[in-house]
Amino acid sequence: MRGLLVMLLLMLSAPALAQSALPPAPYADRQIDDPALEKKARTLMETIRCLTCQSQSIADSNASMAGDLRSQIRERIMAGEQPEHIRAWLIERYGDWVSYEPTAEPILWPLWAAPLLFLGLGLLIVRGRIKRRRS
Amino acid sequence: MIAEAGLAALWLAASLALLQLALVAIGLAGGKSDLLGAVRPVAVAQGCLTAIAFALLITLFLRSDMSVLLVVTNSHSMKPWLYKFAGTWGNHEGSMLLWVTVMGVAGAAVALFERALRRETHMATLGGQAAISLGFYVFLLFASNPFARIDPAPADGQGLNPLLQDPGLAFHPPTLYLGYVGLSVAFSFAVGALLTRQVDAAFARAMRPWVLGAWILLTLGITAGSYWAYYELGWGGWWFWDPVENASLMPWLAATALLHSVTVLATRDALRAWTVMLAVIAFSMSMVGTFLVRSGILTSVHAFAVDPERGTFILVLLGIYIGGALALFGWRVGAVREGAPFELVSRETMLVVNNLLLSVILGLVLIGTLYPLLTEAFGHKVSVGAPYFDRIAGPIALALMVVMILGPLTRWRRDRMREVGRRMAIPLVAGAVVLITLAMFAWGRIGILPFLGLVIALAVAVGSLAPLWKRNLRRTPLFTWGMVIAHLGCAVSLAGMACDSAFTVERLVAARPGDMVETAGWTLRFKQIIPIAGDNWTALQADVEVSRGGSEPVLMHPQSRFFASPPTPTTEAALLTRWNGQLYVVLGQEADEGRWQLRIWWKPFVTLIWLGGFLIALGGALALVGRERRGWLLKWRARKATEALA
Amino acid sequence: MRKLLIWLPLLLFLGFFGLFASGLLRPDDRIITSKLVGKPLPPFVLPAAASDRPPLANSELASGKPRLLNIFASWCVPCAAEAPQLMALKQAGVEIDAIAIRDARPDVDAFLKRYGNPYARIGLDARSEVQIALGSSGVPESFVIDGKGRIAYQHVGDIREDDVPMILDRLRRAQ
Repeated sequence: MRGLLVMLLLMLSAPALAQSALPPAPYADRQIDDPALEKKARTLMETIRCLTCQSQSIADSNASMAGDLRSQIRERIMAGEQPEHIRAWLIERYGDWVSYEPTAEPILWPLWAAPLLFLGLGLLIVRGRIKRRRS
Repeated sequence: MIAEAGLAALWLAASLALLQLALVAIGLAGGKSDLLGAVRPVAVAQGCLTAIAFALLITLFLRSDMSVLLVVTNSHSMKPWLYKFAGTWGNHEGSMLLWVTVMGVAGAAVALFERALRRETHMATLGGQAAISLGFYVFLLFASNPFARIDPAPADGQGLNPLLQDPGLAFHPPTLYLGYVGLSVAFSFAVGALLTRQVDAAFARAMRPWVLGAWILLTLGITAGSYWAYYELGWGGWWFWDPVENASLMPWLAATALLHSVTVLATRDALRAWTVMLAVIAFSMSMVGTFLVRSGILTSVHAFAVDPERGTFILVLLGIYIGGALALFGWRVGAVREGAPFELVSRETMLVVNNLLLSVILGLVLIGTLYPLLTEAFGHKVSVGAPYFDRIAGPIALALMVVMILGPLTRWRRDRMREVGRRMAIPLVAGAVVLITLAMFAWGRIGILPFLGLVIALAVAVGSLAPLWKRNLRRTPLFTWGMVIAHLGCAVSLAGMACDSAFTVERLVAARPGDMVETAGWTLRFKQIIPIAGDNWTALQADVEVSRGGSEPVLMHPQSRFFASPPTPTTEAALLTRWNGQLYVVLGQEADEGRWQLRIWWKPFVTLIWLGGFLIALGGALALVGRERRGWLLKWRARKATEALA
Repeated sequence: MRKLLIWLPLLLFLGFFGLFASGLLRPDDRIITSKLVGKPLPPFVLPAAASDRPPLANSELASGKPRLLNIFASWCVPCAAEAPQLMALKQAGVEIDAIAIRDARPDVDAFLKRYGNPYARIGLDARSEVQIALGSSGVPESFVIDGKGRIAYQHVGDIREDDVPMILDRLRRAQ
């Protein structure tokens, strides 16, 4: 009975997932032994957008391709590569879209300038409301 | 029959909304003020009819009436009754019906209970409410009829998205919705006041309970939604800066700013134009949020009921209402006088800074959310995610928290810097203690934002209690308690967020049944994998026995579930709550050689995030009750006094 | 000054309104294309994915004549739907190589037996490494490679019947 249920489950889940039956890549869900390196990898993975699921980072995704990319990132970090180098490598392939961290492209300058712009505008509006210090 | 009755109720309610708008327009503009007497009964009748229509739709869902298209596409006769019930609003048409129902009922409440406002402004407000409702009635009746029949009726329905089949999510959207739509009342108040040019303290006092009520519900809705994402998505995250999450955060930010500025208007009769502007913006953010979620122009994990055609309809409504209100603002607000400027060291100035910072955060969330849309118009795809929002909005939010300590400790009108400094001493010491402790034990191991977050959280926690210092606690007004508790809630929530990002321990393993895993002081024994079946799902369940320091072992059951209709796999995390944190276990995929992926997190004090959210809402509720009770008491005393004189 | 500030919200809203409208009018485009189009293939050497086909390396794709590189997997449903179109392309004289993603040799053999085998060489990319290096975001995808081993065109998703002439045209232009 139990075996039947398991079989039924596996049968049902295969077409719905439409993902590979291969087990996850070695470092997809396995941490690097060195916590400092793992932290580096984890920080990077949280800012890389999953390609097959659109609105999640690869750190938060069940997609098999996200798992493969996690594994690749961990392996490259272990080999001594810098996270920003891996990010640049991915952007070279998938464009700025792949990075949840906006890049320094000119088209993104207004976004980075926004906080100063808003604070400036806010102070301009507030200025009239506050009395100057009487000396 | 039920479906036809529901549709009839909806048509009737829509006609009444039109009548209400016409009565107000002719009554106010045409000078026929005797017509205005009919406005209130019409508003009440309209509210009742919307409630009836919604109740009828719920009945259809509970009965699994498969001759109704909406029930077929969103329900299934095998579903537990709770999800049949919740399925009513777990779809586009049903949630739009909920939207007009809330608007109708809120309008009826404004008609029945509002006494403080001047008559013309009151009537203009009801006119505004009817005008907004009307647009959504048209939308429902012509583009998303919830009562449409299907012929021939199929044998059974297609089911509800399994991610939505969760007790938490059954009530999260309607709570958020009540908040979203509750802000429409503030919007109508603002439009009404602009029309009659009566923006004053009385207007602020009349609007305040509505803003507070909507804000409480928004707070609860966001808190619940965050907890839902935390345990349902199975990755231990509680906020992803996803467009849909941002869409719920933006109205909350605007409402929070409005809540504070309305207090300045009620107390000092100042910030008139600004408060009106915020009231318009708050509901505009609700509508923009609805548009973003429904139109699907931004990709999101939470997107549901996406349809560009509906998006066009909502966009037109957006243009009419927001554009109209902002044009009215530009046209009329010149006539609204601003009061005298504030002293630099005063409660007013602190609240102005609060509003400034909240508005800047709101602006940043808005632009960050929409920026990918903007660059896409130039053919350049970008993503704006957590790294941007954390890094940019995070420091501003921390600055806001510092102002939160200062504000309540500063007097209205005029205070002295030295006095404020003296009152700040204890919170500053508290912050310094955390600073030194953390610097000694955790320097370099935790990021700068969580570090500052913890320091400021404790300073705010102590500082938020300071207004109670040396006061008779029993005679302290309820709304002061409300403020204290809401501010304390912010500190609690901030502490939870900082602890989660600073101290969470993650452990990913591939384990065979029988294996032991040690992490963060916990011992986990992976006993077995068993298949189990629920009402409308089957699952693989891991039995994991956990214990800590030789304590009594507890069994945890993370599951990997599979829903048959519609076919969807989900992960069900197992959570074990202790006073000092949560153990979070997820069953992942099958790895090689009979091993299973287990994802384990120990999250110290993570529950504080939602406890804080709950405290914020509780504080709001106390303030609401306190203000209302005081209003009643004052009125009661005044009546007694007149009776005594007579 | 005050006048400007009063009308500023409306102006900003009109800007947002235009943005929303343009977002709705623009056709839905969720496809992430590879930024390597127009650039040389990244270097790779893959083992054979099928029993009766040789393995694949990037150097073999610079054969002096345009080729089609198909990214597929035996577990992917649209890949099976695409098979007749690939056969038609092969009939038209196109040389097609393939990379099988996250696959195993017996599965690929069974897939080819069932749906036909239009491929000259098939490389096995068990961990999606080459797929990621190519900037490909899913299966199936097809790349037109010119004679010098440069990516001339990327087709995301399965090739439909009416796409075949377009693919042939792309191949001709990659000469």
